[in-house]
Amino acid sequence: MSAETLLLTLLLLPLVGAAGIIITRHNPDVREGVTLLSAALVAILVVVLAARFMDGEVFALTLIEPLPGIAIAFEIEALGMLFALVAGLLWVVTSVYSVGYMRGHNEQNQTRFFTAFAVSIAATMGIAFSANLFTLFLFYELLTLATYPLVTHAGTPEAKRGGRVYLGILLGTSIGLFLLGILVTWSLTGRVDFQAGGILSGHIDPAWAGLLYALFLFGIGKAAVMPFHRWLPAAMVAPTPVSALLHAVAVVKAGVFTLLKVTIYIFGGEFILSNDVTGGLIWIAAATILIASLVAMTKDNLKARLAYSTVSQLSYIALGAMLASKAGLIGASMHIAMHAFAKITLFFAAGAILVASHKKRVSELNGLGRAMPVTFVAFFIGTLSIIGLPPFGGMWSKWYLGLGAVETAQLLLLAVLMISSLLNIIYLLPIPIRAFFSKPESGEHYTEIAEAPKSMLLAMVITSSACVILFFYPDPFYRLAGLAAGGY
Amino acid sequence: MGHHISLLLVVVPLIAAPVVAVLPRGRLPWAVAFIVAALCAVLAGMQLWAVLHEGSISYELGGWAPPWGIEYRIDAVNAFVALIVAAIAAITLPYALLSSEQEIPEEKIPLFYSALLLCLTGLLGITQTGDIFNVFVFLEISSLASYALISLGRQRQAFTAAYQYLIMGTIGATFYLIGVGLIYSQTGSLNMQDLATILPGVLHLKTVETGFAFIMVGIALKLALFPLHLWLPNAYTYAPSVVTVFLAATATKVAVYVMLRILFSVFPQGFALTTPVEELFIVAGIAGIIIASVYAIYQENIKRLLAYSSVAQVGYMALGIGFASATGVTAALVHLFNHALMKGALFMAVGAIIYRIGACRMDQVHGLGRAMPWTFGAIVIGGLSLVGVPGTAGFISKWYLVVAALEQEAWISVAVILCGSLLAVVYVGKLIEALYFKPVSDTGKVVSEAPILLLVPTWGLVLANVYFGLDTDLTVGVAEKAAAILGGMQP
Repeated sequence: MSAETLLLTLLLLPLVGAAGIIITRHNPDVREGVTLLSAALVAILVVVLAARFMDGEVFALTLIEPLPGIAIAFEIEALGMLFALVAGLLWVVTSVYSVGYMRGHNEQNQTRFFTAFAVSIAATMGIAFSANLFTLFLFYELLTLATYPLVTHAGTPEAKRGGRVYLGILLGTSIGLFLLGILVTWSLTGRVDFQAGGILSGHIDPAWAGLLYALFLFGIGKAAVMPFHRWLPAAMVAPTPVSALLHAVAVVKAGVFTLLKVTIYIFGGEFILSNDVTGGLIWIAAATILIASLVAMTKDNLKARLAYSTVSQLSYIALGAMLASKAGLIGASMHIAMHAFAKITLFFAAGAILVASHKKRVSELNGLGRAMPVTFVAFFIGTLSIIGLPPFGGMWSKWYLGLGAVETAQLLLLAVLMISSLLNIIYLLPIPIRAFFSKPESGEHYTEIAEAPKSMLLAMVITSSACVILFFYPDPFYRLAGLAAGGY
Repeated sequence: MGHHISLLLVVVPLIAAPVVAVLPRGRLPWAVAFIVAALCAVLAGMQLWAVLHEGSISYELGGWAPPWGIEYRIDAVNAFVALIVAAIAAITLPYALLSSEQEIPEEKIPLFYSALLLCLTGLLGITQTGDIFNVFVFLEISSLASYALISLGRQRQAFTAAYQYLIMGTIGATFYLIGVGLIYSQTGSLNMQDLATILPGVLHLKTVETGFAFIMVGIALKLALFPLHLWLPNAYTYAPSVVTVFLAATATKVAVYVMLRILFSVFPQGFALTTPVEELFIVAGIAGIIIASVYAIYQENIKRLLAYSSVAQVGYMALGIGFASATGVTAALVHLFNHALMKGALFMAVGAIIYRIGACRMDQVHGLGRAMPWTFGAIVIGGLSLVGVPGTAGFISKWYLVVAALEQEAWISVAVILCGSLLAVVYVGKLIEALYFKPVSDTGKVVSEAPILLLVPTWGLVLANVYFGLDTDLTVGVAEKAAAILGGMQP
């Protein structure tokens, strides 16, 4: 297959899948078959693409040019490849999980669910391979809209309220600030394409560059930097597979990915470092890391706690981006992958607990570990990877982020990272400990609760093993991250 | 045949109108009106093609040479607007068949189509003519026809709405006429080209300045520029669905065209800058965008919601005009086209709802989106275009407007444009929530999807919204040419 065809196929495949899901809606087994098939094909294609990309093949494709100089164009570079690889591989795992979850939990409107899910993946791929800010913005908005029916899936007043916050913040920031940032970039430079080394250097007064960066930092609401993080906890009303893939991987990572793209390819690391563009803004990310961790400690609802943990972890990436040094950027890029595998495991486990025992609160989990050992072992592994302990993948990204802080002599930021790791221990580790070592409220061990359906367990086992494997073989992600960070 | 096109565009619907009025009841009047509208669309397309490839057309009515005779003068600007008007008419008429059979008493159907054709004649006439008095004549033809059309609405409020529009519209037309008279008294000419050569010599005269002011206010009333928009919400709300579609997509657009023509090519370039009119446009535009959008959020009637949104959209065009730069005028013209597409599509979709349930209040449409998925889809995409989501026509308009504002470092305008988009998110979101997420009200009635004859034109416009969001050769290309013609502004 030619390079362009391969790229286009990867973009269209989830959409074809979505159409197939609608067509086969009357036969749930076939419908789920379509989901699994398209997800598996996407996973294979994305791996093939990554292999060919690393062999040095160049992929670029311009679809259409609505305005002169502003095209819908795709191109593969290292960072986008990394993001696509993570999203593509995890979609198939999540699909396996979703089938078990949606059936085990007797959810309504499953056709709408799987269709919107596939469209969201298409949008994610579009974001990953965008060759310019315009294309990226197009798919960024599409992703917001495609995930809205997933957030409001339950149709309850709470879900609708959550949906309103979700749409309000994401569309509000993107139209009010992100689009403005793009337009300012366009009016300054006359271009919006991603360019190694950035395009702004020489076109903007360094004094104003910080302000423009702030437009992007806050405008990219999906990165959930405070004070625009509220949509993420609000989105937790969605079914758990959505929280797992979209609100721990695709959507939030699309946010920080966009921020990294803007940092590396619009501003350029060199430009940021030499003009201290992000000197003040970086503390907002640091504050988000700490505050979100503190808030997470107060949450008894398991998914809410995980959501705030995600907010905190996302700002690791934002912080790495704003460090703008090579190690910082490598750490940030790798954290996209490492955090994805760990956090999706935690959400999978949370969903399994919900399906098997109908429990949502941390305080209700005492003694559940014996009834659901696989689930809680997976949870435990995910926790350790998030904390950043060896032998789990999460260690590498934290390592490079710390290195970045040292490299730029920001020792206070290093302290923030350390404190945050301690806070992670405090709010995450008690969960598996409670489950294994505390007695249930009633004093009796659970006998009527068993593990969740097999497909859900399989998904958890895969992602938690990945956390371990990524410690020993971080190579593909490391190489991609290195290529991206070396791009200036 | 070549240059007769310009005349035919006006004469064909004008002659067809009385013919349609005396046709027997049934579907014959519709068929004739549809053929005429389709013919006009083809002619307008040919005219635009001719203008783009062979330069401006000048047609002397009755062989009387200008400036004494009436001249039709066509360049890229009015050929573009004429195409919008004729194309919308051609798309609206297939839709009209079922919708008007249901909403309009049978015995009035021939008269309805006759009035619709007269309205089309007037609007096309305004775009064709090169004579400022002739503009007034066609303005009155289209206005009188539209008063009649609005009063055909089913609810009794249609009469008051039509009456209100009649009063306001007549004031506007009178102001325009007074202005034309004052200018004629000083220049002795009514021909636009002729005026453009005479006016620079007499600009210092207070009479000319007063005439200019009268004309501006008169047209501002016609284009429903905030705060002169009071006639519009009622007129759009109570008119029959078809009439709302047609007027919303064409009438205010033509008024914007007249405004641009007078401001930039009849009066010399730069004159407007010596008067406060540009600032007034910007202020009125800003106020219109914000206030009308907020009003839209609180409307319970969907047609009224969209009507207030129209007032806000006129504000965007006013901003574009107010910037008085090539990019600004391009933005205004592009938005003129794109807004016709989005409002046309949205009012058509709402019309389809009215066709099915006979009402369009928010609390009566709960859950309808599930029963009418295609209609709902049209509202979603039309709504996204209204918000200005990339990939839709609305995005292109917003992009040019913001770029025009950034050029002048008009930061308040930039903020207002983006803020307007956010307010649109709120009112479009409210509409979608009512249609899809509210539980179906338990009336026991089973609602089915709208008939295909309503859906096809609606989706034609919906797809146009997407198409012109991706391919802007026609819209931006022509608008840029047009902006260059309007006073040869520097790009």
